[in-house]
Amino acid sequence: MTRIRLFDHLVLMLGVFIMVAPVVVAFMTSTHEAADIHRNGLSLTWGGHFTETYDTVLTRKGGFTGEITGARMIWNSLILGIGFAAGKIVLSMLAAYAIVYFRFRLGTLFFWMIFTTLLLPLEVRIVPSYEVMNKLSLTNTYTGLIVPLLASATGTFFFRQFFKSVPEELLEAARIDGAGPFKFFIDVLVPLSRTMIAAIFIIMFVYGWNQYLWPTLMTTDERFFTLVRGIKQILLVWVGSNIPDYNEAFALAILAMLPPVMIVLIFQRWFIKGLTESDK
Amino acid sequence: MKRVQFSSPFLPYLFIAPQMAIIFVFFYWPSVQAIQSSFFLEDPFGFGSTFVGLSNYADALGSAQYQAIARFTVVFTALVTFLSLGIGMLLAVKADAVLKGSSTYKTLLIWVYAIAPPVAGLMGMMFFDQHIGPLVKFAALFGWDMKVGLNYYDTAFAMIAVSVWKQIPYNFIFILSGLQSIPVSVREAAAIDCRSGVRRFWTMTLPLLAPTAFFLLIINMTYALFDTFGVIDVMVKDKAANNPITLVYKVYMDGFRGNDLGGSSAQSVILMIVVFVLTIFQFRFIERRVHYN
Repeated sequence: MTRIRLFDHLVLMLGVFIMVAPVVVAFMTSTHEAADIHRNGLSLTWGGHFTETYDTVLTRKGGFTGEITGARMIWNSLILGIGFAAGKIVLSMLAAYAIVYFRFRLGTLFFWMIFTTLLLPLEVRIVPSYEVMNKLSLTNTYTGLIVPLLASATGTFFFRQFFKSVPEELLEAARIDGAGPFKFFIDVLVPLSRTMIAAIFIIMFVYGWNQYLWPTLMTTDERFFTLVRGIKQILLVWVGSNIPDYNEAFALAILAMLPPVMIVLIFQRWFIKGLTESDK
Repeated sequence: MKRVQFSSPFLPYLFIAPQMAIIFVFFYWPSVQAIQSSFFLEDPFGFGSTFVGLSNYADALGSAQYQAIARFTVVFTALVTFLSLGIGMLLAVKADAVLKGSSTYKTLLIWVYAIAPPVAGLMGMMFFDQHIGPLVKFAALFGWDMKVGLNYYDTAFAMIAVSVWKQIPYNFIFILSGLQSIPVSVREAAAIDCRSGVRRFWTMTLPLLAPTAFFLLIINMTYALFDTFGVIDVMVKDKAANNPITLVYKVYMDGFRGNDLGGSSAQSVILMIVVFVLTIFQFRFIERRVHYN
């Protein structure tokens, strides 16, 4: 019995090693100087240049992207992550409220139209989506960055599912007390949904922060670059340079993963709840 | 639907309007355009377009290059799906089995989920780098001269490795939560009936996990088809010439680099059909599962 358990632990430790080691190496390497990395390869030890590298990436202009600093890219990523998560929650709660709590003629049709959006991810319609954005002159704007990503119904289904599980008696009681649709929504449903909102906010924030393809298409102006979008720029600079700035590239990668990773670690329970319950 | 509902002539429309507006402008309009322009040949200098019927589809499906990319996409999708699902399941079963440290393992194993595919790709680039990459040195120990970015198969290997690495936590989370929802009474009964842990896994655990596993199968296939775009884009660095790419990447290359709007749209529509079929499978299955519950 003990022998078997030891084997289980060995498998798990190997798994943890494979998942964690690359990130640890990436972080440690980012504290070395570029020439040092070029000579000695990636490193598992502390290089002592943490402050310089991260200061350069965060504040000095003319790094990988020419004009823009890492801090600005973090700001843009935050706008995208928070804007996307908040927008998704507001839109989908309202739509789910209409679908579950109202009887109206076009309800079923609308429901199926929303449902259809689940079938086709953004990736299969990138070119026409880009054309549409061009026509609306929304390229290089925060609106163009955030709003088209909201055109998928995952959140709506999540809240629809949740609203359906809310006891009927609540609405009956609220109506006896004379509460209208607005009052019921704000005073009963929203407070009831608090945990759900938190869970879905975490999932959506990570999803928004990690967007790559859409920001790559939408933003050619560096002022709107997100951190993840900035990765592409690193690679363009990389081609043809003598000693690539490995340290700064790793630092940018670490910065790009830090906020979503922190959120997942800190709010682990909500994250797992949101993930396992929203994707079904 | 609720038994008790509000009845109001215009309020529901007000509530659903924002969602519908966004879906119309950013989902239906582009989708219809994709289908429409897939039947036209666009003049590369922007002077109108001619109706060409199905010839964009014929061009795409008939070209040897497209078929090669489609074959790679199938292999890539199958490998990424089965490897990440298999490793995720192995780790979840083990994390469920150990008594001590289970939650620590869980925390350490799930957080890679939060890393964006292109960031994972960037890290992969450096771990597989010719000069500094430790994995290249490791492969050299076994006499494997790995040339990621130059050699087709080596690049494919690196792409698959990175994509699987990034997806393991997702499968781990779902399978672990599936395992933990198996009632203790069922486990105990199984433990009394059957001493062999391996056999218990195949005859008790796996059938009970089947709905989760099937759901994950579809999700992983969509991941491998679409979400790996970031990994691929970072790892082939716009030089797709001799490098393995997937169908989605070809849509992107033809549409934005090659300016072949009609061809790219036709490929989009082909992909739409593939996803459509996959999703129908998924929903049919989920419906059945809801029925059982």
